[in-house]
Amino acid sequence: MKPETEAELADMVAGLNEPVRVAGGGTRGIAGPDAVIETSGLSGITLYEPGALTLVAQAGTPVAEIEAALAAEGQQLAFEPMDHRGLLGTNGTPTIGGVVAANISGPRRIQAGACRDFLLGVRYVDGMGKIVKNGGRVMKNVTGYDLVKLMAGSWGTLGVLTEVSLKVLPKPEASATLSIAVPDVAVGVQALSAALKSPFEVSAAAFDPEECRALLRLEGFSDSVAYRSEQLKGVLSGLGDVAEVAQPEALWSAIRDVSAFHGQEGDVWRISIKPTDAPEIAARIQADRTLFDWGGGLIWVLMPHGTDVRARMGSFDGHATIVRADPETVTRLGRYQPESAGIAALTKGLRQRFDPRGLFNPGLMG
Amino acid sequence: MEMPTPNPDVLRRKAVVLQRLLHVLPEDAVIHEPSETRAYECDALTAYKCPPMLAVLPSTTQEVSDVLRICNEEGVPVVPRGSGTSLAGGALPTADCVILGIARMNEVLEVDYDNRFIRVQTGRTNLSVTGAVEEDDFFYAPDPSSQLACAIAGNIAMNSGGAHCLKYGVTTNNLLGVKMVMMDGSVVDIGGAHLDSGGLDLLGVICGSEGQLGVVTEATLRILRKPEGARPVLMGFDDNEVAGECVSDIIKSGILPVAIEFMDTLCIQACENFAHAGYPDCTALLIVEVEGSEAEIDFQLAKIIEIAKRHNPVELRESQSAEESAKIWLGRKSAFGAMGQLNDYMCLDGTIPVSSLPEVLRRIGEMSKEYGLPVGNVFHAGDGNMHPLILFDANKPGDLEKCEAFGADILKLCVDVGGCLTGEHGVGIEKRDLMSHQYAPVDLEAQMAVKDVFDPKWLLNPAKVFPLDASEARREARIAAE
Repeated sequence: MKPETEAELADMVAGLNEPVRVAGGGTRGIAGPDAVIETSGLSGITLYEPGALTLVAQAGTPVAEIEAALAAEGQQLAFEPMDHRGLLGTNGTPTIGGVVAANISGPRRIQAGACRDFLLGVRYVDGMGKIVKNGGRVMKNVTGYDLVKLMAGSWGTLGVLTEVSLKVLPKPEASATLSIAVPDVAVGVQALSAALKSPFEVSAAAFDPEECRALLRLEGFSDSVAYRSEQLKGVLSGLGDVAEVAQPEALWSAIRDVSAFHGQEGDVWRISIKPTDAPEIAARIQADRTLFDWGGGLIWVLMPHGTDVRARMGSFDGHATIVRADPETVTRLGRYQPESAGIAALTKGLRQRFDPRGLFNPGLMG
Repeated sequence: MEMPTPNPDVLRRKAVVLQRLLHVLPEDAVIHEPSETRAYECDALTAYKCPPMLAVLPSTTQEVSDVLRICNEEGVPVVPRGSGTSLAGGALPTADCVILGIARMNEVLEVDYDNRFIRVQTGRTNLSVTGAVEEDDFFYAPDPSSQLACAIAGNIAMNSGGAHCLKYGVTTNNLLGVKMVMMDGSVVDIGGAHLDSGGLDLLGVICGSEGQLGVVTEATLRILRKPEGARPVLMGFDDNEVAGECVSDIIKSGILPVAIEFMDTLCIQACENFAHAGYPDCTALLIVEVEGSEAEIDFQLAKIIEIAKRHNPVELRESQSAEESAKIWLGRKSAFGAMGQLNDYMCLDGTIPVSSLPEVLRRIGEMSKEYGLPVGNVFHAGDGNMHPLILFDANKPGDLEKCEAFGADILKLCVDVGGCLTGEHGVGIEKRDLMSHQYAPVDLEAQMAVKDVFDPKWLLNPAKVFPLDASEARREARIAAE
């Protein structure tokens, strides 16, 4: 099913009598029923005001189309959404609705915020086929409950997004990346924390275990980037040799898309934790390969098929999510970190209210 | 302001409820004498008053849990209260309610610079969160004008903003986790020092839910390293439209100032008399602030000044000292107090698309003449969050009603140009009945469904946010069930 309008989608949902998989471009690798509702027919930028830093687009609009429109005005999606195709081996065209539904954010998340922080408004069709709107197109809005946040990251389980409005930001004039050679991950995370604690506005902070180096990105006007690079070198000088990375754009896209794991055999998990816990957690997991982003707060791990990563970690504060594994492993271990009884009851209650017939991506989020 | 009829059964059972509360709280934490409960009869929206049945001041999450469990069992509405600084009547009691004041819970529980967060009890004031970390050059970013007094609990309930959120975001963008007590007394932990939990974003919907989903007793907040420095520039224009264009051009240039504040003539004069900041005498004043090292500030301000010059400002002045910057901000942050010296006022808080600024200001000016009430405008121009201050005389019969009607017209205008009723103050009691202008019944139903899940009996902070007719069926169902 591929509706061309919001009204058509609403009619389709009202008439459904079996569960469906909700897909934008289908690049984020979710399994589900054979019946599919694709939003790619709902496409196009409906409003873009560069002077107000606002863009409104239909959910099925390709991310590339939005990024091109923004680039023409020197602006960007500051949350730097990841492209999952390489990691998951999927084809298709990533859509803005998919990015929002999955709350996909990249390395700049630690400084600028997540996708959900840039989402100003949504329109969606709920499980009864009703068209609902929440939020709007202005940057500050506390009018009623914030269902905008609730829809972001709900993976289509509460409703099918039809339109999203986003805050956009200027694209920085210049960018520089420092690389610090460190003896181990502990010092690596220490370097990332030291940089993030400084006043020099680091916009990305990753640790690459393959080359044992901490990576820090600075962005802004070129004079400012040059100044902050020098200052940051001073902050980091005691922790290892500091060098400037040539062609940092390619490096950060590779970190954003976890390119090091592309084509590699095994399951992929992402672990979200307090950054300083990262070295200890990584030691417990003993992954085949690892990549640390978000100052150490996000660990990507590549594991032998079927490994129970949560069991290896034991008790910890945070959550571990399966990103790539066979359906049997996902069913056995659960895609998401198990919720406490209180939280599980709330999320179940919300799902029953938004999609009482259990039509959208059943079982995906529990 | 229309309120639901107090539940006579609850009022009749006051003594029983009081005894049960005294059983779980120290005596000095339960306020029941009418002479004392009167202290809680209103918040900063003083036009509406109603003493609560009882008030309690718990000191621990366990005590909050006990109070809510008892009230839930007894069917008693609960109105949570931070510091009572809401301009929207968010903490206005009902006659049959228990006020749950969180002010005694004001401890710092954990400070972690390496991971850049602070965990506090939510009765702590906004400014004292920064106070706990500023010796180490950190700060908590959201800065509502009431930050000296307002509590984090209220900031979370209303998703408070402030002057500097153009760069740093509002409360929801700086809130990492909460400990929250549900109406049935159960306690849930949501989020924490890590980012982006895997399941539904409950934290996102709790923030800004106006105390209607649960009582947040602890919060994990993002803290940031202070910038090396900051400096404002003042720009005066003799035309609102030109000032609006200047704002848009600054934003389009790629500079992201931490704040762009706008004041019109009436506010400029009131604030100048109050703070002596050297504000120019003009139609529209912009305060634009940038951050960074001295060199970065010089560079950014040079760019901004170059843009401003293209719009023929009548005044253009960079702050020359920290003292002068402080005065400039004191003037802006005192705007509400300064206007209050002129007369009683009602402060609105609608947001509009920045491009509609000139049109909306012109319409407000016209309506001001029609209603015969003066309006001062002071607002966060970078994000379109307006604060029209309507002056009226509370002692003059009919003036409040006229002011309310004028205010409603302004807010409807904000919605009609593509904006919203409230950018940072919340709906509370004040804008409750205007919600239907912004949202269709189906949109309100979706929001009310969330409350059904968190607070099935609809006891928390009743008669706020949703129009009374929209929530009537649910209130009746609750009373019928008892």
